[in-house]
Amino acid sequence: MNTGIRTQDGRLFRRDGLSHRSSSVQDSRPYQAVVIGASAGGSTALMNILPQLPANFPIPIIVAQHLHPLQDGPAVLYRAQGCALTLKEAEEKEAALPGFVYFAPPNYHLLVEDDHTFSLSVDAKVNFTRPSIDVLFQSAADAYGVTLIGVVLSGANQDGAAGLNIIKQRGGLAIVQDPATSEISYMPRAAIEAASPDYILSPLEIGAKLVHLSNFLADPLPSV
Amino acid sequence: MQAEEIEKIEIDLFLEALYQRYSYDFRHYAKASVRRRVRHILARSGRKRVSELIDLLLHDENFAQTAIYDFSITVTEMFRDPDFYRSVRQNIVPYLKTYPFFKIWIAGCATGEEVYSLAILLQEEELYERAKIYATDFNESALKKAQEGIYPLKEVQQHTVNYQKSGGLHSFSDYYYAQYDSAIMRQSLKTNITFAHHNLATDGVFSEVQIVFCRNVLIYFDRSLQNWVLSTLTDSLSRGGFLCLGAKENLEFSSVFDQFKVVDKTEKIYQKRVK
Ligand SMILES: C[S@@+](CC[C@H](N)C(=O)[O-])C[C@H]1O[C@@H](n2cnc3c(N)ncnc32)[C@H](O)[C@@H]1O
Repeated sequence: MNTGIRTQDGRLFRRDGLSHRSSSVQDSRPYQAVVIGASAGGSTALMNILPQLPANFPIPIIVAQHLHPLQDGPAVLYRAQGCALTLKEAEEKEAALPGFVYFAPPNYHLLVEDDHTFSLSVDAKVNFTRPSIDVLFQSAADAYGVTLIGVVLSGANQDGAAGLNIIKQRGGLAIVQDPATSEISYMPRAAIEAASPDYILSPLEIGAKLVHLSNFLADPLPSV
Repeated sequence: MQAEEIEKIEIDLFLEALYQRYSYDFRHYAKASVRRRVRHILARSGRKRVSELIDLLLHDENFAQTAIYDFSITVTEMFRDPDFYRSVRQNIVPYLKTYPFFKIWIAGCATGEEVYSLAILLQEEELYERAKIYATDFNESALKKAQEGIYPLKEVQQHTVNYQKSGGLHSFSDYYYAQYDSAIMRQSLKTNITFAHHNLATDGVFSEVQIVFCRNVLIYFDRSLQNWVLSTLTDSLSRGGFLCLGAKENLEFSSVFDQFKVVDKTEKIYQKRVK
């Protein structure tokens, strides 16, 4: 059987023959979660990415977005935007499941535990912000290792750069919004510098890439 | 075995050493946060591996004391979540007015801002004289600050905004006086408050009280420790007493939920059933 690989936990996935990349193995891993960091200008990017994802998108999406403390929770902002997935604020001890886009509650750090449940904390701000993208990315890298996809979007500080680098070091996949398409390019640039990402893409391309990466998860080969 | 897997073992051993040597039990704290803290301690120490810290921990009491403080996140503010205090005025104050005397336990009070917020609220509702407030934490250094009630003046603006949004009846400046860079809380707020050391992970029921505040503490615990602590808090409450949790903490999935009725789902106020 040379077109399918059985993973340790018995899940099957298909080699991604469609990838334009030489190292197609990277694109054919059974990814288990996507983490996204967004700051200033990130809302626009998210509104272009999230509606592209189908209702059966097979892995959870977890977002840390910087917001003004008095702004409404971010999930509220996208609810009306026609996203097929369910948008919600992550609750402590809740399990991260497919079909959902989880947002860090304003003013809390969001962390992922090894059993893929969420923790919240009111620890001091990191990179002048809470939630911090780095805190989410670091914990998610610990929890998901090579099966994590990290995405850094538009923003005006360097939060997320260190976290994305950790995701890469752990063998996960790193995607950064193309600075040319970012309302504020500082954060993508910092992430590109720190993490040498696998892909630098526009929001529309990021959406398409996520769908593409998830395709072989959605319809695994029959077992051998 | 990968380095990350080994690190998990090292962290478990570190927590075990801390517990056996100093009786501080962080073994059932949520792991992702604990890992952050331990890595922070490691980075500061200049050592390479968490296992090297265990030697320090066992033999250097100053190092251990600092580590213990590192596990205590004391981030807090006056009238945190102003709507919560509105709800207290609305839902708990009428009940307290029927009591000639009552006790309140604030568990995990950190540096005291929450305690003074409640004291202010009780004064405004003319209930302070009937109250006895126990404010506890395991962090001695935070407790000391709480007892002093002296806060940086630059934080007062935020406190004032929160106070106003919380339904405060007067002016926040009535409750402190400024000296140099500090806001010193009025002595009259302190007379009925007792600050004390209490570790929720290892110590038991404190006293029978009518209200328990335990806010933004349980989020740091795993489910089993949450349940353990919640049963201690429940046992401390008199029937009909109120339990107040943090904005992102839920009773719903805990083992004590059926002993309570929900008073305010958003502000996490629960009342112990009378039967
Ligand atoms: C984030 S602060 C919350 C302060 C305040 N209740 C509030 O909501 O603003 C958490 C506090 O819980 C305390 N804490 C953590 N574990 C504890 C334990 N096992 N026993 C007592 N206090 C604990 C910490 O020392 C810290 O002061």
